[in-house]
Amino acid sequence: MLGRLTWDALPFYSPIAFGAATFVVLGGVVVLAAITWFKLWPWLWKEWLTSVDHKKIGVMYIVLALVMLVRGFADALMMRSQQAIALNSPGYLSPDHYNQVFSAHGTIMIVFMAMPFLTGLFNIVVPLQIGTRDVSFPFLNSVSLWLTASGAALVMASLVIGDFSQAGWSGYPPFSEITYSPGVGVDYWIWSLFLSGFGTTLTGINFFVTILKRRAPGMSLMKMPMFTWTALVTSILIIFAFPAITVTSALLGLDRYLGMHFFTNGGGGNMMNYMNLFWIWGHPEVYIVILPAFGVFSEVVSTFSRKRLFGYHSLVYATAAIGVLSFSVWLHHFFTMGSSPNVNAFFGITTMIIAVPTGVKIYDWLFTMYKGRVEFSAPMHWTLGFIFTFVIGGVTGVLLAVPPADFLMHNSEFLVAHFHNMLIPGALFGYMAGYMYWFPKVFGFKLDEKWGKRTFWLWIIGFYLAFMPLYVLGFEGMPRRMQHYSNPAWQPWLIVAELGAVVILAGIVSTFIQIWVSYKNREALRDTTGDPWDGRTLEWSISSPPPEYNFAVIPEVHDLDELTWRKENNYVEPKADGQAIVMPNNTGAGVIIGGFTFMLGFALTWQIWWLAVVSLIIMVTALAIRGADDHPEHMVKVEPESGDFLNPAE
Amino acid sequence: MTATTKNDPEIAALFEAAEHEAIEEKSLGFWTYLMSDAVIFSLLFATYAVMYTRTAGGPAAQDVFDLPHTAWETALLLFSSITFGFASLSAAEEDKSRTLMWLGVTFLFGLGFVTMELVEFSGMIAEGAGPDRSGFLSSFFTLVGTHGLHVSSGLIWIAIMALQVSRKGLGAAVQSRLHRLGLFWHFLDIIWIGIFSFVYLPGVM
Repeated sequence: MLGRLTWDALPFYSPIAFGAATFVVLGGVVVLAAITWFKLWPWLWKEWLTSVDHKKIGVMYIVLALVMLVRGFADALMMRSQQAIALNSPGYLSPDHYNQVFSAHGTIMIVFMAMPFLTGLFNIVVPLQIGTRDVSFPFLNSVSLWLTASGAALVMASLVIGDFSQAGWSGYPPFSEITYSPGVGVDYWIWSLFLSGFGTTLTGINFFVTILKRRAPGMSLMKMPMFTWTALVTSILIIFAFPAITVTSALLGLDRYLGMHFFTNGGGGNMMNYMNLFWIWGHPEVYIVILPAFGVFSEVVSTFSRKRLFGYHSLVYATAAIGVLSFSVWLHHFFTMGSSPNVNAFFGITTMIIAVPTGVKIYDWLFTMYKGRVEFSAPMHWTLGFIFTFVIGGVTGVLLAVPPADFLMHNSEFLVAHFHNMLIPGALFGYMAGYMYWFPKVFGFKLDEKWGKRTFWLWIIGFYLAFMPLYVLGFEGMPRRMQHYSNPAWQPWLIVAELGAVVILAGIVSTFIQIWVSYKNREALRDTTGDPWDGRTLEWSISSPPPEYNFAVIPEVHDLDELTWRKENNYVEPKADGQAIVMPNNTGAGVIIGGFTFMLGFALTWQIWWLAVVSLIIMVTALAIRGADDHPEHMVKVEPESGDFLNPAE
Repeated sequence: MTATTKNDPEIAALFEAAEHEAIEEKSLGFWTYLMSDAVIFSLLFATYAVMYTRTAGGPAAQDVFDLPHTAWETALLLFSSITFGFASLSAAEEDKSRTLMWLGVTFLFGLGFVTMELVEFSGMIAEGAGPDRSGFLSSFFTLVGTHGLHVSSGLIWIAIMALQVSRKGLGAAVQSRLHRLGLFWHFLDIIWIGIFSFVYLPGVM
């Protein structure tokens, strides 16, 4: 009846795991109880969970990202604390538990923190920047959100029921095969990636079509704001790269569930094929998370330098070049695994080449600031911190691109330092800049600048303290993922890194203080004009928050910096005169499909076959019913003169 | 405002324009999805090519493939594509009963294909040439089985669309769904031609 699920699945094996599980369960219970106590369910269901409004979906994505950031960071802090004390001692985490922690940390930060964060920014910003009323497929957008959330929920469930994978975030066989990982951990990992991957693929298709088909009249591709350009290239990368993780996780699942021999030691399996398939997704994925951040930096640097973006065309071409090249470097993740020298040389050279368009971008941002009137706002802090820090990471990356050097440094703390040096400034700083930059557009009031800058300083100081020592440790020969060690020379550096993690913790706390302080002072921080930063693009031409339909009149575009052009040419937009607008209906189908996707993943993990079949049938039925709706939209009427709208019952 | 209904000609025109735009976008979106699905198949083809020689002492391609059986399978699937074409033509003429008839014929051909594939699979498994025998057979079953799973989903979709045609007739929304179903069905044909040419033919030659 319950497959492999028994009472043993509860985490009584270790007090720490039990504590974490209790924390998650209590947190969930408190949230649910609060919603019930304040009678928020109808509001939550009607206004949020069933919403197909791209702005609300974007907010929900970012809420998910922030929750998972906290979870992923808790893992990081646990690892740093373990390594700070584990000199000739077992520390406080058992090896099995420690392995779960680093596997969960990587999976969560990439797939359930970075991905929802950037998708949330796409959702909020892209339709506003291109002057449209919604994405092309609002219902699919809701399905994407809930598929992603169900994957994240599976990872969280593994904390309470059973355990998570110990095979690292990349799940290399043969260790991830059933022979060596007989538990449910790897299965949780497989299904959370497999199921949420579908949601991400749908997001890619959705934004690809939206950007190609829904741009306001006059907005040619070369008048498209830079953030939207990065969204377009990222969407294309998603469409082509995500099928690879679908295939990789499915094949590993077939090995584990049906005894096949794709990646096994014997039976004709081929582990190298796993590495290739995984990184054919994995490397473009790095650019999928970084390119949108580059888009944010481009918007921020141009707005706060009060200048048109320097070298817009070169930025567009550099973005496209990175998109193409990102599919030609995957083998640098496993130079040491026995490819011939010529193959390694080829991938080493392509890896060095991809640094060139990235360098072009850095210069474009610098020249945008040159002779500009730079305003050191909080988003600008993140941008400057990124430029300085990212260059260091880029240089160490080119170092690692040399195969003989990689042979010395692979699998060491140097590598850990390198990719955190790329992804924290290159992705997370960008998302934070974007979050602080577009927050007033969504909520109608600005975030507190002082706390924003504090958050930044804590993050960047914490970052340098936490990761620069890891470069040193790499040179001292410390391998990654060590639960304990016996070299006393390493410990001081690990203690410094632990200190850095604590400073970052303060940065995360500061993020939430900023929200609280800003909410309390929201009247003083109110954005009454819709254009709090003297912005340059269309999203700042409408009220904050925008009405459901965004634009009463679909704007006409004349220039790359359309709003700046309008300000300079005293352009007056035609007034809305009570016309009717067709908007998509809300639907519960997305959240129902997501809920049963979670049940499906859970059932497959624990091999509760009847539940898997029932979940699948319900998902298909919900899809078929919603898919048969011929008129899933309603009419909204714009009130003359005012920006208000009525929402009539059909 | 609440008095405004779809009977108002101005409002009706707005809905129609929105519907037209939506259909165009859905068509592009569906093509994009098919490209993404093609990547899945290309990776499975590549995996098959890598695993082809990895028989682990078990049966190789020429021992397990039965070309006449596969030829009949192929015929069924290709004919189902032709009959789907007839269904599309009948739908364009807004001939409801003929559309339903051709959808029914397509469904039967598709069902015949899936049945024959299952017969082939169960025969191989009975002979000890199941997917757990070797890396080669794992990749064969997965590539061909993924295609079969797509055809099976297509069958469910055909059934749903037949239901929609019979209950709603052939309005613009139903027509556009039939169009996308057609893209999907013909796409599976192309994949099958790839499987026939790169898996079965070289396997027995």
